Amino acid sequence: MDDLIADFVAECRDMLEALGGEIVAWEAQPDDRARLDNIFRFVHTVKGNCGFFDFPRLEALSHAAEDALADVRAGRRQADGTLVSAVLAIIDRIGEMIASIEAGEEMPAGDDSALIDALAPGAEGHAAPVAAAVGDGHGRAASAPRTIRLSVELLDRVMSTVSDMVLARNELARRLRESSTEVSVDSAFERLSAIIAEMRDAITRTRMQRIENLFVALPRMVRDLSAELGKQVLVDIEGGDVELDREMIEMIRDPLTHIIRNAVDHGIETPADRLKAGKREIGLLCVSARQSGNQILIDIQDDGRGIDGAKLVEKAISNGVIEKADAAQLTPREKLALIFEAGLSTAKEVTAISGRGVGMDVVRSNVERIGGIVEVDSTPGQGTRMTLRVPLTLTIIPALTVSIGSHHFAIPRSAIEEIVRANGESVTLEHLGGAGVATIRGRRVPEVSLAEILGLETDVAESDRRLIVLRPAGGDVYALSVDRIHDHEELVVKPAAPAVMATGLYAGTTLADDGSPILLFDPAGLAQVGGVKLEMQERAARIAEGPASSGPKTIPVLLFRGLDGARRALRLAVVDRIEEVPVSTVRTAAGQLRVQLGEAILPLAGGDSAELGDEKIRLFRLNDGVHEIGYAFKEVIDFATIEHDVIHAEKPGEISGVSLINGEPAELVDAHWLFATYVGAAAQAAEPLVCRIPGDDPWMQNMLRPIVEAAGYRVIGDEDGGDADLVIAAQGDNVGEAARAIFIRSELEPAGKKDESIYRYDRAGLLMALKSAGSGRGK
Amino acid sequence: MNELLLVVTIAGERVALPAAAVESVVELDTLIPVPRAAPHVAGLSALRSRVLTVIDCMRSLELGTSDCSDGIREAAVVELDGHHYALIVDLVEDVVEALSDPAPMRAAMGPGWERVSQGMVETETGPLLLIDVAALLAGATEAKAA
Repeated sequence: MDDLIADFVAECRDMLEALGGEIVAWEAQPDDRARLDNIFRFVHTVKGNCGFFDFPRLEALSHAAEDALADVRAGRRQADGTLVSAVLAIIDRIGEMIASIEAGEEMPAGDDSALIDALAPGAEGHAAPVAAAVGDGHGRAASAPRTIRLSVELLDRVMSTVSDMVLARNELARRLRESSTEVSVDSAFERLSAIIAEMRDAITRTRMQRIENLFVALPRMVRDLSAELGKQVLVDIEGGDVELDREMIEMIRDPLTHIIRNAVDHGIETPADRLKAGKREIGLLCVSARQSGNQILIDIQDDGRGIDGAKLVEKAISNGVIEKADAAQLTPREKLALIFEAGLSTAKEVTAISGRGVGMDVVRSNVERIGGIVEVDSTPGQGTRMTLRVPLTLTIIPALTVSIGSHHFAIPRSAIEEIVRANGESVTLEHLGGAGVATIRGRRVPEVSLAEILGLETDVAESDRRLIVLRPAGGDVYALSVDRIHDHEELVVKPAAPAVMATGLYAGTTLADDGSPILLFDPAGLAQVGGVKLEMQERAARIAEGPASSGPKTIPVLLFRGLDGARRALRLAVVDRIEEVPVSTVRTAAGQLRVQLGEAILPLAGGDSAELGDEKIRLFRLNDGVHEIGYAFKEVIDFATIEHDVIHAEKPGEISGVSLINGEPAELVDAHWLFATYVGAAAQAAEPLVCRIPGDDPWMQNMLRPIVEAAGYRVIGDEDGGDADLVIAAQGDNVGEAARAIFIRSELEPAGKKDESIYRYDRAGLLMALKSAGSGRGK
Repeated sequence: MNELLLVVTIAGERVALPAAAVESVVELDTLIPVPRAAPHVAGLSALRSRVLTVIDCMRSLELGTSDCSDGIREAAVVELDGHHYALIVDLVEDVVEALSDPAPMRAAMGPGWERVSQGMVETETGPLLLIDVAALLAGATEAKAA
């Protein structure tokens, strides 16, 4: 709220400053229409903004002035000297009030009725003391927050200059690598490099804007809409402090507006219908935003009548969007997704607000254009939830570079589902009537050749190409065959010239590290130009799945780089999800490294605390159905499958073997061992063995106790009552009638042949004894 | 009045570009082709870490294709709607002062020239055809579609 007030004050100040001249000119020439319009706009803005804030005096003043000026504009009244003076007096009073708001003072008490009365037609002019009041307003603004307002163009220019600087640095880095330079030059360059990176971060942040700016207009819009439709809707907005690239906010404005209009128009019922359905008269519309990784999720949820999937299907069949036979195969989710097909609307009649059936497909294509996804979920009678997922920023896109012959291109990483070799074990490539069909692990996927789409020569045989399985945001998959795959790069993408964009193939241009331009593909555009029918495909593919899935089974794995830099792979099925947490949530607790994820504390595998770094760590959340553990890693490399033989490790351990994955060896992480090791102990802890350790022996308490606890014992002291499964004592101590006892001696050599005590630093011996004591339980 | 003109040669003909529209004259060395783009888009090039869309003026005028095989080409850099373009020309000559406002050409020109012409201007070196840069950038295809 404070931010909003600051914005409001700044805006008013700007307008007041600009108006300074206008007011004087208007005074001299009351019939000057342009001046009148400017002043009208000012009071109108003030009035509009007062609606958000609790400034009744400001509102009354600006409202009165607006009314009077509106009469003049409409020709109902002549602007005479009295009116001008009265309006000027009001504007000055507004200026004073704004100054006091800015200084954070209480709104001064006072009566404005005299000023307002002066506006009335025929009122006697007594607004002479105007000029005196003006001076006071200023000079008090010293305590205002130190902010300045910048034009967006200037920020954009800075941003693009910084981008250029990054590119220039990359080129310099390349030149430096090529020529042998002195160490001092290198270190100076390193420093420059770091500064540029920092600057880029900072400038990226300046482009971020709170999504509040987008949300702020929603309550008003919903109010107007629902009034028009005779409905009652309550808007609940959450997460306005989520930050998003300014440009992105503009891009989602229309889709968001459209979805909300739909929700109010079609989703929420009239009060009478709601009562009949046993709901509250007032419909609830929740709009919330939150950040998840490098995406922003915006949920729009209503508690209206929901979407009738069956009706959608009927409509889709009658419009020829799908075949009747296919319709029977649709999952509920797919039925709902039909709402995004062009030409479908379940609204009974077309209203001015929505329902022409040109809505949701446009929403989807708009969101997809910025690399986002729209999802829909609905329960008839209970409501609908629309989720917009959009990337944080448009300007820097992680991309994969590929090539055809000598031409290099980039593909946005977000659209890539997997990469396979055309002649891989689980992949077959066929041509039916000239169209390519790739069968990847039993799934039929349309295949298009990038070389063909682009009309380029290629010297790589079809079987040697790579297939990139692409999923254009929200759409269905297709495979794109390319000659070679190069590198993963973070690219600063800029829009391409209209003549280039007209091809429909490209999303923009960028410069590679070597300074040469690269075109970034638009995966949806590629599919379209390549003639892939995206809408029909997935449904058809499932029908084909039955007989096709009998091929040899391959194991999908997640290829990643461990904290120690080793290439490893984990079976995909055990990975629940990937989390990113600050390192501070990782602690060594109860004998092992643990990470706190929300309410849960999971054992953390994958590295020791020294390897975690000092900011954030990423970890896989592994799930065996009952227990969960975390596995820290450095970065995900790719999804892959195990297609080669596995060379098994000699000893059981974290790594069960090594196999070639994507042409390079990778260690296979043994999930069973992980769970056995990390959760095995935790599972025991539910009913731990009890070990008594003398409480007055500092060595035992400080050194021995952690080992005992790590072995799964609950440690009690002498003073605690109850039975102990195991007692640990110094050599020669009397332990009474304990089930088992371990004696610790401080001399290296045993005192005699019958001495069964263990040397205090014989770790292996201690662990062995602890283990055998544990297994002897119940005897 | 007295507008400055950049005299260039396109397809062997001396023509004038409004000098105010031209940012700089560069020599292009790399040229990355843009598959499936309109024929007059010769490709992309980079200038001081800016991406330039390279326009082949001869193709835009439907007068043949500039020979880009020898590598280095002279080009005039212009900006339109925030995008930077490089116009491949045969030769960049000089900057001259316009001595008249553009006057309509009454004789028939080739269709390509007709499309990009803004009329004839008088200069010290004789009359020159003044080129509409935006029309030149749009190329032949868009004009046909319209």
